[in-house]
Amino acid sequence: MKDKPIIELRDISKTFGDQQVLRGIDLDIYENEFLTLLGPSGCGKTTILRIIGGFEEPDSGKVLFNGINIAKLPPYKREVNTVFQKYALFPFLNVYDNVAFGLRLKGMTDEIIDKKVSQMLSMVGLSGYENRDVSRLSGGQQQRVAIARALINEPKVLLLDEPLGALDAKLRKDMQIELKKIQKEVGITFVFVTHDQEEALSMSDTIVVLNDGVIQQIGTPIDIYNEPEKRFVAEFIGESNIISGNMIQDCLVRFDDIDWECVDKGFRPNEEIEVVLRPEDMDVVPLDKAKLHGKIVSKVFMGVHYEYFVETKYRDYKVHTTENYQVGSEIGLTIDPYDIQVMHLS
Amino acid sequence: MKHFKGLAYPYVAWSFALIVLPLLLIVLYAVTAGDNSLVTIHFTLDNFRKIGDPVYLNVFAKSLEIGLIVTGVCLLMAYPLAYIISWFSDEVQGILILTVTIPMWINTLLRTYAWISLLSDNGLISQFLTKLGLEAPTMMYTNFAVIIGLVCDLLPFMVIPIHTSLTKMDYSLVEAAKDLGANNFQTFRKIILKLSLPGIINGVTLVFLCSISSFVVPVLLGGRQYMLIGNLIENQFISIGDWNFGSAISVLLAIAILLMMSLMRRIDPEEKGEA
Repeated sequence: MKDKPIIELRDISKTFGDQQVLRGIDLDIYENEFLTLLGPSGCGKTTILRIIGGFEEPDSGKVLFNGINIAKLPPYKREVNTVFQKYALFPFLNVYDNVAFGLRLKGMTDEIIDKKVSQMLSMVGLSGYENRDVSRLSGGQQQRVAIARALINEPKVLLLDEPLGALDAKLRKDMQIELKKIQKEVGITFVFVTHDQEEALSMSDTIVVLNDGVIQQIGTPIDIYNEPEKRFVAEFIGESNIISGNMIQDCLVRFDDIDWECVDKGFRPNEEIEVVLRPEDMDVVPLDKAKLHGKIVSKVFMGVHYEYFVETKYRDYKVHTTENYQVGSEIGLTIDPYDIQVMHLS
Repeated sequence: MKHFKGLAYPYVAWSFALIVLPLLLIVLYAVTAGDNSLVTIHFTLDNFRKIGDPVYLNVFAKSLEIGLIVTGVCLLMAYPLAYIISWFSDEVQGILILTVTIPMWINTLLRTYAWISLLSDNGLISQFLTKLGLEAPTMMYTNFAVIIGLVCDLLPFMVIPIHTSLTKMDYSLVEAAKDLGANNFQTFRKIILKLSLPGIINGVTLVFLCSISSFVVPVLLGGRQYMLIGNLIENQFISIGDWNFGSAISVLLAIAILLMMSLMRRIDPEEKGEA
């Protein structure tokens, strides 16, 4: 799948007033991929989207689209379309005319427009809504109109700016699945902006984690979750215990005065590092088989699992397990080598 | 707040005394003959029939004509002005809108006299044209003078509502149009113009109503013979003393204005969308 980048961002910087929102962004976006820009608010993710869409011009750097720099091209000349955060449907047009807007501008015949609009509306599940007033649709329906209105222009890339932000939790889940389905169906690149890590993990082929205008890590959801390279990524996505330690040698790390086998290589001998341990990777074992001993100090039922805080000699560990233990009981902990993720200090 | 409710009663009382009562009196005058006393009241529709006289119909036609021209000129001047103002930062926009409203701080009479000194036969404009070796046309006491005076008076009433509707417009709709392939001109025609329609409607209504019912500017710049509805009513009351006929015209004008406003409301997209 990852053969040829369709969009390449090269050293993009952008400043608003005295605030630098993007600092040297380099990013390749490939054909047919579902790429998510993930980060807290103010990290610059929406600005990147707006630069690709043509609504902002970068202060420096290049935006290559199929190899051609489009940094100064106005939005209406770009082969990308956008689904806006609040949908931005035209209030004075009905569903049909909103969706047909782009095709009318291209001067297509009514016959073709008719066919394409009904095709598109059936794809997003809004057949029969042609004459509805858009302001009388529910949030989810407006969302679908916005998607249909963008996709009908057959863009090479669809940009989505936190499109699910305004929907309630249940509808959001449904739309996540639906969006992914639509992306597979139309077979184009989706660039999706969100601050919701779960959304990013469940939908994306590639996640780009951003903070403070800098890309922190690019990778598949599994990479990003299991092998965070920076403290920010580990903290922002999922829950984690982050512990400082030393790398003794390849595949051997020391923290809490214990030597641990791991699978990480390429560090300097004795380099100071940080270790990321996901709470669900902390295994509770009988005391004689444990590398760490601790006492449960708190317990919260989370639905699928329990969350415990386990007090050990040096620190409290957050542990997730489905087993039920009593607060105050002594337990043993161990961690499998492949569940230990070692990071350079950032 | 309940305790203060009583404070509204005096207000209601003098609103009634100062607004409702005079209106009722005008309606009463309009439907009665001139020879009334406190004891005998003769109801008649003669006053309204009198309006059908070609002399008066001409005045109505003339008022309508001037009103339409003034409204059209104001719209053509105000829209680009309001649009350009809306491109600036908020602070600059505030200053520019203030500048547009400065003429409103000066008394209409003074402003109109200023126009007289500019437009009269040996006024500034004439002198300037003569210096250039051109023949200065007569400008005072013509439609031209009246229209200029009214446009100058009423321009802010067109600029402000249009500017308001342009600034409260959801800018993401403009971006959406461009995103979907509309160039700047298409975006303006298909989106911006539509979204500013409520402002246009408000401005047009205000300016049209003010211009057809104005009487100071037409008298001063158009001369005594220059008759618009406003002057006609003024004449009936002040010079001729036929209060009944004057009231009848006023009532008719009020009804026409109300009809027009309800018509304008009907084509205003905001009124029906938001309900």
